[in-house]
Amino acid sequence: MTVPRVALGSLDTLWFQVAGTVCNLACTHCFISCSPTNRTHDMMSLEEVASHLEDATRLGVKEYYFTGGEPFLNPEMEAILEATLAVGPASVLTNGLLLDPARCQRLAALAAASEYSLDLRVSLDGYTAEGHDAIRGEGTFDRALEGIRHLHAAGLEPVITVTEVYDDNGSVAGKERFFSLMRELDIEHPRLKMMPVFQIGAEAERRGAYESWQRLRDEDAPADGWDHLQCSTCRMVTDQGVWVCPILVNEPSGKMGDRLADTLGDFPLAHPACWTCHVYGVTCRT
Amino acid sequence: MSQRIPEDPDLQARRAAQRARLAAHRGLATWGERLVPLATFQAASARAGRSLDSAARDAAVASFLAPRSDPTPVEGPFRRIAVCGGVYNNHYALAAWITAARQRGAEALYCLGDLGGFGPSPHKVWPLLEEHRVRVSQGNYEQSLASGREDCNCGYTDPRDNHFARLSYEYTAQRCSAAFKQWMGELPERRRVALHSPSGRRRELLLVHGSPRRVNEFLFESTTPAPYLEALLDQQQADAVLCTHSGLHWHRPLPSGRDLVNVGVLGRPANDGRTEVWFALLELDEPSGDLQVELCPLPYDHLALATEMRHERLPEEFVATIEQGWWTTCLEILPARERARGRF
Ligand code: SF4
Ligand code: SF4
Repeated sequence: MTVPRVALGSLDTLWFQVAGTVCNLACTHCFISCSPTNRTHDMMSLEEVASHLEDATRLGVKEYYFTGGEPFLNPEMEAILEATLAVGPASVLTNGLLLDPARCQRLAALAAASEYSLDLRVSLDGYTAEGHDAIRGEGTFDRALEGIRHLHAAGLEPVITVTEVYDDNGSVAGKERFFSLMRELDIEHPRLKMMPVFQIGAEAERRGAYESWQRLRDEDAPADGWDHLQCSTCRMVTDQGVWVCPILVNEPSGKMGDRLADTLGDFPLAHPACWTCHVYGVTCRT
Repeated sequence: MSQRIPEDPDLQARRAAQRARLAAHRGLATWGERLVPLATFQAASARAGRSLDSAARDAAVASFLAPRSDPTPVEGPFRRIAVCGGVYNNHYALAAWITAARQRGAEALYCLGDLGGFGPSPHKVWPLLEEHRVRVSQGNYEQSLASGREDCNCGYTDPRDNHFARLSYEYTAQRCSAAFKQWMGELPERRRVALHSPSGRRRELLLVHGSPRRVNEFLFESTTPAPYLEALLDQQQADAVLCTHSGLHWHRPLPSGRDLVNVGVLGRPANDGRTEVWFALLELDEPSGDLQVELCPLPYDHLALATEMRHERLPEEFVATIEQGWWTTCLEILPARERARGRF
């Protein structure tokens, strides 16, 4: 059985694991098991990010995404966004807990000063406190909504990211509940990003790991190749180098090189998470 | 509001586990599902992947960005062309555009695809295109209709957007003849057009629907940065790219002197509270030879269109957009900045 390989067609989306695996939460579905004490990947400095941005502009990157852990735990996060917004649009994936009014005002000023879009993506895993807090920890639903209100008050309209931790979340009725929740928060332009769950990291403990048949084989390749996988157009930079995608950062085998120029070749789709990507058509970008 | 969530008999235990997890990783790394000493993970990741020397890195970047060969024939050269985007069945605007383009001295008329959807009476579009020899390229709508797909391939997540997208796709699909669909299937996906000036300057434009890479890629002003476009133009060996698909017109002149022009669409207004729709006129500046881009608002009989849409029982939401100039549907594709400018 040969492992299929995915080529990098173009480098459109560049991710930064800007807060490493450090988070102020420890969600039960977190596919990279982030926590306040998880330093598998560490915070990135402005200087590190800037040096990769330079490579990225040369390679024609179209958009930048920042994740962690919780990006706003990074003390240089706003300076990093300012540097990024000078060369392209940026999105930040946040749990919403650190979005106090003053920060939201500063983010709005950064957005207004750039010719490119700044998007904030706040995670909600249930449309009720009961559902959300069971995954993310007590009190987190109310605090995330508080953060969303502050963003809204500053004129920034977040995208809500919802993982399909409950079957209910992804159904048409479920999506409508999220939209109506946002409208209750006075968000005039609600946007929703759905994500399937990866059975890795903490999620493997919650609902079980992959089974042995959940692997990609050459014969699974669609007629037009593996272009539908996000790893055909993205890379992920962490403090330890460049990984193939945002999903495999806790696998050393997902690392492709030290600099972007080392990682322009193809990658073997050997991990069971690749099966989820293929079957569900996952892309982590908005 | 209550949510149906599965019974969790071990809720207490899980909460305790969660508290434990907050402190669980001190000095440890998460390698997949295993906990290993931090140094073990770091040593493994330091060994993984490759680290090229600087010459090899330059070579890798150069080959990654190398120009792609493109057999697309070059049309022209022309002095001035008019280019429009998605028609969305708006045959009133299409007719007005043809007249305006001729009046403004365009030698050739180009349409970048997405002929159907949204508006009424799809069969009225084809004869206009044929009679006035409009050079059409294929949009995702034509691809979907020609191949018998069940949707327009826009991929909305909002159930409301999906509902409206499906409704207008089905309306169009049922009213396009087999011959029209077959013609759509034979349209080229891209065209190359040369412009020249009286003093002999020349520029080559690449005309596509979404982007040169993907027919259904959205190029919006606030999410399409200059460095990306420079690399794209190098690779595509063109002086400018002209596109549509996103529904909003914009123009970005690049530091290298090249251009990206989104010509907008004829099908519906640009979410700006005006009833006009937009198209582009292009020629070369004399004597510099720079591309001159004029994005033109086009008034047309939008009230007649609204009447016909009501007659065809198309959704009031669509008619409101035509009458008031604000998008009411398919808004989720808009990036934060473009969306904030609209009313909905
Ligand atoms: S899912 Fe997000 S918020 Fe939750 S622990 Fe992981 S990184 Fe932190
Ligand atoms: S996990 Fe998904 S994105 Fe990452 S390498 Fe596998 S298929 Fe690609």
